[in-house]
Amino acid sequence: MRAHMFIGRRRGVVLVCASALILAGSGGVLAQEAPIFQPGAPGEPSRELTRNQSLELGQSRYIEADARFMQHMIVHHGQAVDMGALVEGRTTHEGVRLMAERIAVTQESEIAMMRTWLTRRGESTEMQGGHHHHMNHEMDPNMPLMTGMLSPAQMDELAASSGSDFDYLYLTGMILHHQGAIDMVNELLAQPGAGEDPELSEFLSAVIADQSTEILRMRHMLSQLG
Amino acid sequence: MTRIKTGISILALAMLAGACSQTTTTEPAEVASNPPPSREGLAPGVFDAEEVSWNIELVHAERTPSAFAPDDAMWAPAVEMAIVQAMQAGEEVERPPSPISFANTDLAFSGDRVIMGNWHGFNVFETQADASVEHVLSVVCPGGQGDVSVHGNLVFRSVEDNRGRLDCGAGGVAEQSSAERFRGVQIFDISDMSNPRQVAAVQTCRGSHTHTVVPDLNDPSVIYIYNSGTSFVRPTSELDICSDGEPDENPDTALYSIDVIRVPLAAPEEAAIVNRPRIFADRETGEIAGLWAGGQLEEDAQETSVTNQCHDINVYPEMGLAAGACSGNGILLDISDPENPSRISEMSDPNMAYWHAAIFNNDANKILFTDEWGGGLGARCRAEDPETWGANVIADITENGLEGRGYFKIPNTQSESENCVAHNGSLVPVPGRDILVQGWYSGGISVIDFTDSNNPYEIAFFDRGPLDAEELYLGGNWAAYWHNGLVYAPEIVRGLDIFRLLPSEHLSANEIAAAELIRFEEANTQTQMRFEWPDEPVVALAYVDQLARSGALNDAMAMTVREAVNAGDAGADLMSALEQASAHAEDADARRFQALIGWFQ
Repeated sequence: MRAHMFIGRRRGVVLVCASALILAGSGGVLAQEAPIFQPGAPGEPSRELTRNQSLELGQSRYIEADARFMQHMIVHHGQAVDMGALVEGRTTHEGVRLMAERIAVTQESEIAMMRTWLTRRGESTEMQGGHHHHMNHEMDPNMPLMTGMLSPAQMDELAASSGSDFDYLYLTGMILHHQGAIDMVNELLAQPGAGEDPELSEFLSAVIADQSTEILRMRHMLSQLG
Repeated sequence: MTRIKTGISILALAMLAGACSQTTTTEPAEVASNPPPSREGLAPGVFDAEEVSWNIELVHAERTPSAFAPDDAMWAPAVEMAIVQAMQAGEEVERPPSPISFANTDLAFSGDRVIMGNWHGFNVFETQADASVEHVLSVVCPGGQGDVSVHGNLVFRSVEDNRGRLDCGAGGVAEQSSAERFRGVQIFDISDMSNPRQVAAVQTCRGSHTHTVVPDLNDPSVIYIYNSGTSFVRPTSELDICSDGEPDENPDTALYSIDVIRVPLAAPEEAAIVNRPRIFADRETGEIAGLWAGGQLEEDAQETSVTNQCHDINVYPEMGLAAGACSGNGILLDISDPENPSRISEMSDPNMAYWHAAIFNNDANKILFTDEWGGGLGARCRAEDPETWGANVIADITENGLEGRGYFKIPNTQSESENCVAHNGSLVPVPGRDILVQGWYSGGISVIDFTDSNNPYEIAFFDRGPLDAEELYLGGNWAAYWHNGLVYAPEIVRGLDIFRLLPSEHLSANEIAAAELIRFEEANTQTQMRFEWPDEPVVALAYVDQLARSGALNDAMAMTVREAVNAGDAGADLMSALEQASAHAEDADARRFQALIGWFQ
């Protein structure tokens, strides 16, 4: 890890060494006797490391775009939960009902995971920056808060619908919504140095896998609606 | 069980028992009944958590080598609390490493070496006479999940993380597309332990989550690697063989395949992908996405993932077969031509969320599949969780292909702060039975008998309390593998646990001793090798213990047969009685009788 990951990009440099804070509880660890090597690229020589050098290489970093992605995805997922809450009383379609329930449960648990990820990194769980930008958009009912979300007007339309109209609006809306999440992942990965935190990397894989699966399912259901 | 049908043979054996010598030196091999203790509410701790075990003994706990174990890693709750508080106080705090950056993963065995993979690289240990290990080497190469295999002096390692680098450096790469990024299978040469080197790095489209070493039985100069990538597809601009999308839009999609890598052993640097077979294709239409499309099989069923990848592939080269746990399906492959695996059969199951791992029994007439519901990061063994979700499912290999039978899950008594689901394991080579030892993450390790596919049951376990009572931190036993008489179980945070099985009413000393006879110089956990027991008396005694346990032999008769085993001769009458008993026994007992008869012959 070349750069240390500092949290809370405020002024001043009050550096509290985390290990000094808590070493007492960890029981202390002896430096190991066995040698530690870092190989080079194939064909290149290896170099010997100290324990501290090894540990520094394990400092996975995340960048601001990663944290912003998580903050945005919480809002994005929140709409899926809101859409799920509209199912009650508006449709009798068992497939749509189950799909909505499943999506709401999954996205809720992912919201919890994303909050933990941010909290453990000292980051806010709220959407940062660009607030004004989004606030302005919120004023326009035809503009979604972010790409891949339904606009307030679309949410109103969904809430006002029932029966097969609701099924159609829910499925088309959720396909759009899921595609939006996949686009968000791809946009994130297109940024230099993004998506390298290992937990985030796992999460990105899961988002792509789950949401693609559900899009396929919903497309199939849509084709059956007739 | 067929107590009634075996009545005739029992009578015949009873007569023999009465006629035989009066010596009583052959003790019954069982120990007294010993009910399992509770696994509920174990006290938390990183290195001082409460432990409970049943019919298995933890003989050594090797801590994660210190070069892979930061003092301030975030799995220590007190550490995290202090840091979060400092952050909230507006101080600039150096964030400790993410715990998953140093997670221990899978094992491979070579000679007296145990190789343990890690998100951060791998470690090599040497086994000691007292069942402990000594750490001899650390190799650092950040990027998970770091599953390892070994062949001779070559160590293979899976890298899937986006931050992986070709030069084993940290910090990832700055560009979206870069030749410096590495996601795929690495090959290291450790023939010189004082100078381990990377000799090859085979880039793949979806990285490498796990991989399998596949020997070519017809050509010892090569091995194959089956690679299972499960992550997002990297851009074509980074690796030109890769492109994303569903097959209806992109028939060349990197989804819906596995990678077959050929490794010429004399020149491992020439290792390369030689095939990306469409093993999920529809047999009739050829449609690439031919298996499960994701969703529920039926109402109230589990939501099963789409089959566009395999997670694990267990190969059984001597049988020409492979078992694939492939996201939405369990599949059986013909690998008699290892470069061109082809699908024989597939199955679905309404309780499976994500088909994760697969293990054949020794006879290769059944496969035990595991379900990784929740991805391993979730608490899925709580009281409210279904007993058939996140469990093992056993499938028989029948004339009609794979057919699902029974389920096994450890009791749902784990807490909210324990990540728990069925995970990796291996067979325990007890003759006459199908026995599995398996890691369940924070649910510990469990040993089950699945000889009766419909009725698997637990015969031993070990469990530790959670890392923390309140918050869930990724931890627990990634896997548990039997190797040369001991059980080795990597623990994500704590290190490497080593166990010895203890005799019990469910597993006799003879059965354990017979299992200890099976020894492999080299072993990869996804490459199954056939157990062939030598003609030692203890192997025959293991069968006798099993027949006594099932009731096919009563105590007196079992003693008669044991004496014959110890004398090395059954005599014509006993042999004929055994034949008769075998003819009337069913399934497992019939096979045990036959094995016993074979032993006497």
